Amino acid sequence: MSEMSAPYQQKSRFMAFHQRMAKSKPLGAFGGAVFALFLICGVFADLLAPYGLNETNMLERLQSPSFLHILGTDHLGRDVFSRILFGAQLSVIVGFMAAGLATVISIVLGVVTGYFGGRTDMLIQRFVDAWMTFPDLVLLIVVISIVGPGVTQIVVILGCLYGIAGSRIIRGSVIGIRENMYTHAAQSMGARTIHILWFHILPNVMPIVIVLFTTRVGAVILAEAGLSFLGLGVPPPAPTWGSMLSGTGRTYMYLGPWLALAPGICLTMVVYAINVYGDALRDLLDPRMRGS
Amino acid sequence: MSLLSINNLSVSFQTDRGVVQAVDQVSFDVDAGETLAIVGESGSGKSVTALSILQLLGDAGTISDGQIVFDGQNLLDLPEKDIRNIRGDRIAMIFQEPMSSLNPVLTIGKQVAEPIWLHRKKTWNEALDQAEELIKKVSIPDARQRLDAYPHQFSGGMRQRVMIAMALACEPKLIIADEPTTALDVTVQAQILSLLKNLTTELNSALILITHDLGVVARYADRVAVMYGGRIVESATAAELYKHPKHPYTEGLMASIPTLDGEPGSRLQTIEGQPPDLLHMPAGCAFHPRCPYAAEICKHAKPSLKEVEANHFRACVGYESIS
Repeated sequence: MSEMSAPYQQKSRFMAFHQRMAKSKPLGAFGGAVFALFLICGVFADLLAPYGLNETNMLERLQSPSFLHILGTDHLGRDVFSRILFGAQLSVIVGFMAAGLATVISIVLGVVTGYFGGRTDMLIQRFVDAWMTFPDLVLLIVVISIVGPGVTQIVVILGCLYGIAGSRIIRGSVIGIRENMYTHAAQSMGARTIHILWFHILPNVMPIVIVLFTTRVGAVILAEAGLSFLGLGVPPPAPTWGSMLSGTGRTYMYLGPWLALAPGICLTMVVYAINVYGDALRDLLDPRMRGS
Repeated sequence: MSLLSINNLSVSFQTDRGVVQAVDQVSFDVDAGETLAIVGESGSGKSVTALSILQLLGDAGTISDGQIVFDGQNLLDLPEKDIRNIRGDRIAMIFQEPMSSLNPVLTIGKQVAEPIWLHRKKTWNEALDQAEELIKKVSIPDARQRLDAYPHQFSGGMRQRVMIAMALACEPKLIIADEPTTALDVTVQAQILSLLKNLTTELNSALILITHDLGVVARYADRVAVMYGGRIVESATAAELYKHPKHPYTEGLMASIPTLDGEPGSRLQTIEGQPPDLLHMPAGCAFHPRCPYAAEICKHAKPSLKEVEANHFRACVGYESIS
């Protein structure tokens, strides 16, 4: 019985949390809803898209939005709406993988430096300092120019970039948690350090990790769009929002403004939604705000 | 042979302002099943003594001298791995603040099951079942439901019961309780201590009770060691110590307990002066600046613990020179 009810309870806690958010942070809840819609579009793009990804139709080039093509067609007669959906899919993949990688790196570096302190902390955090002096975009352009564009490269580079910088936030909260009596109590109970980190420290930084992950997804999507805009993103014909904006969008801006507007608005909406959702999460999950 | 035998333990702390000798040549024994109270004011070294038994002093503290023999093994000779296996399993500790000693984001069940899972080769579910039993044992009703509760849903007294359950989880031979009731209401204090005492008696575990509350000592301790300035100044059975305190400091402590049959409006007795500054310990006997009987010799000679009557030890040169 208890095994049966466990996932149900999990789900209901998730729902209850978001109901609370809808009440106290309506904008954040709206952001969450847009984010959820974006996820659904991304995951089920193959089912939702009315046309194929690269289905060209030269007779229907540069058509303005109609019932047949909700968001019009591009210079090769491809359905823009379908490409937006497939673009969402790519953004979800890149966003989640890079943000996931970034979160793992942040947790490992942050928890290790925060908990052990001393020389370990000194060495690793000076490296982090040095890393953070490089402007993100410059670093991205240099590395991508060397290794060449591609999904894997972008995920790894963005993951490292945000992960290393984010370790600071985790480290800061671990330093506070480390000094709590329960970590000493765990030690007096005969727990190994690794057990203390996993069992006692990690659950305490989870609220921060969730917020960090969410905001990172938005940042990664934006960074990937920026790279695609510069021609360093996922190479064509992959339909990324950034390349739709820079390629066809810019070239045919006067003939077909929808070509630039559609990916532009989608990108703005999604990143904005993720950010307000992340802000609301931070406000609600922050232990200092708990119970208020 | 006694369960725990501490010989000439000295602990010092490296601080920015110098070296602090927190514990100085302390020796005592604890027999199986016995309750020993260590009393003293803040900074007298009682907590540091307790922490050094499990070697939980942190980076700043070092055990500079002495032996801690537990079950025939000198704990100071053991590698970290073996000490870790003793912690929580054969020697358990209960801390002062039940508010911060429990992890706020973990359920009570998980935290009580943790020591079992760490030391007994059991699955997590078996450990949780045992945790339920333990929660029942410390008289918390609705144990099953309470397993899923979080610490903030518990009162201070209930949290301290949880801490006791955690300490008893592996049926340790020795429990060290560092001021277990300081943060609690007076009415709850008595409940918690009785519970602790009963459960340790049931398990035939020894208990080291660290406190500054003489009322607690009188009711629950078999033997008492009084600490002052990092040294034990007097040790005797609880009854003997109350009836016939033999050290000037203990005398002062006993005299400062307010009594119900005292003269109304009479002033409370106090011990004049301040506790010693650990960085600048007085030479000779640490208590001499506050001692009403202080003689010239007290300023130079460091008194050592001597048996003045059967099972009654005292460290005082002044008394010796008088009598």
